[in-house]
Amino acid sequence: MNVAPRLAGLVGDTASPTLLGLDHVSISYPTRDGILTAVEDVSFTLSAGERVVLLGPSGCGKSTLLRAVGGFLKPSAGEIRMNGRRIGAPGPDRMTVFQEFDQLLPWRTVLGNVRYALERGKSLPRRDADGVARRWLERVGLKNFVDAFPHTLSGGMKQRVAIARAFALEPALLLMDEPFAALDALTRRQMQDELLKLCEETGNTTLFVTHGIDEAIRVGTRILALTPHPGRLAAKFDVPIEARSRGTAGFAELERQIQQTVFADPEIDHV
Amino acid sequence: MSDIAAPKLVQASALRRALEDTPWRRIVILAGFALIWELYARWLDNALLLPTVGATLSALWSAILSGELPNRTLTSLRVLITGYAIGVAIAAMLTTLAALTRWGNEALGLFTSMFNPLPAIALLPIALLWFGVGTPSLVFVIVHSVLWPVALACHGGFLAVPPTLRMAGRNLGLSGGRFVVEILVPAAFPQILSGLRIGWAFAWRTLIAAELVFGVSARSGGIGWFIYTNRAQLETASVFAGLLTVIVIGLVVEGVIFRSLTRITVQRWGQVQT
Repeated sequence: MNVAPRLAGLVGDTASPTLLGLDHVSISYPTRDGILTAVEDVSFTLSAGERVVLLGPSGCGKSTLLRAVGGFLKPSAGEIRMNGRRIGAPGPDRMTVFQEFDQLLPWRTVLGNVRYALERGKSLPRRDADGVARRWLERVGLKNFVDAFPHTLSGGMKQRVAIARAFALEPALLLMDEPFAALDALTRRQMQDELLKLCEETGNTTLFVTHGIDEAIRVGTRILALTPHPGRLAAKFDVPIEARSRGTAGFAELERQIQQTVFADPEIDHV
Repeated sequence: MSDIAAPKLVQASALRRALEDTPWRRIVILAGFALIWELYARWLDNALLLPTVGATLSALWSAILSGELPNRTLTSLRVLITGYAIGVAIAAMLTTLAALTRWGNEALGLFTSMFNPLPAIALLPIALLWFGVGTPSLVFVIVHSVLWPVALACHGGFLAVPPTLRMAGRNLGLSGGRFVVEILVPAAFPQILSGLRIGWAFAWRTLIAAELVFGVSARSGGIGWFIYTNRAQLETASVFAGLLTVIVIGLVVEGVIFRSLTRITVQRWGQVQT
């Protein structure tokens, strides 16, 4: 967590120890028509400071996989380990930012939401929690809205609160489940840039789920592409630093490459 | 990140706000109703069947001055609040159990579907058998009338809490009683509040009906007993005064207590638009 921000992306592969390891993970659950396998035999590791993106179309089990890492559901086979220990119940060491706007507590103000998370998740006394919460809300540009209730905010602002809440708890691993999917295109791009900045400043380790190729390239240091029915790892891509900005040749080239190798199948070209 | 500016609001004109805020339409309707009552009662000219508004109000006034009606009302409210509190407490325990365990869930589902359709007043004979004539019997039927609708509403409210909100709570490491109290209860508060409201209305009706049926002893009877004895003495204006008191208390609880509770909670949180 204390890796200097500019180094975070560079040292990922060699120096940092493995933070998260998935070992032949399969997840299936019963439905009315039988047992559905959402994720099949997925293995990968994640080192501290990395930002790994799980990319795939709807139904590829990427969100299911993220929930399993979060501890919200159990894999039916295989193991998920964090720092060598098997993952148990959900905890504030793996804060999740969800796609849905109703992840905020509607009965608490913007400040109250972040402060409450700090009080419960990090056992901070109220005064300390208040200070930390205010600092983070200022960082996400919500200084003027600390006393507002969530229902008065726009979707983008609600996601900012959720992001502030997650970062404030300084989780060992930040989980993001398509956090910008329900936003309009302009807001989404802005939020991607701002998230990237926060990640680089904090050196946070992130597992990010998305169905957008451009979003994956923008926020990730490494991309794991999944194919659906059942969800399987199809390909891995490292995102070189020079490809990370939109409009560069590297960005376009990587986008084309991912599109061709993973989503060339006409049946799933709706991505 | 750059700061997002807060929106600017302009004050509406004073007259407009005054008209928006006061329930003046209701006052007009109420006045119209009183006028029709008064005219009809005068035309009928039979104080035994229908006293005039004036006679009713003066009967109400003298019953208040003599201290009889306030005493009766206090007696009723004391019984009511005791029964209501016990009923809500049991409902809270049952629904917490139901939210945390499968067995509790099944038990609550079964009991509410069994007992909710049973009118509380139908239990009065049993209550009299078990507890005799007196306050405990009244409390027993009130608990029954409150418990099931409140439990049903809480349980339904818990089930309707969005999965994302549940996960957001569990993400902070919350579980057990703390999860119920700090996440489920506030999240389900709109339903819980309407359950409390229904429970209150049921309890109030049950109490008055039960008092009418057996009235306890004359010394410690409530409003129901007041209505009953005045009917027996053909003091129809006082009967109406008693009914008016029942209505006014109902209105105060609904319009003041529950409405303010709604305003400072679920309305402020944007969970309902009323």
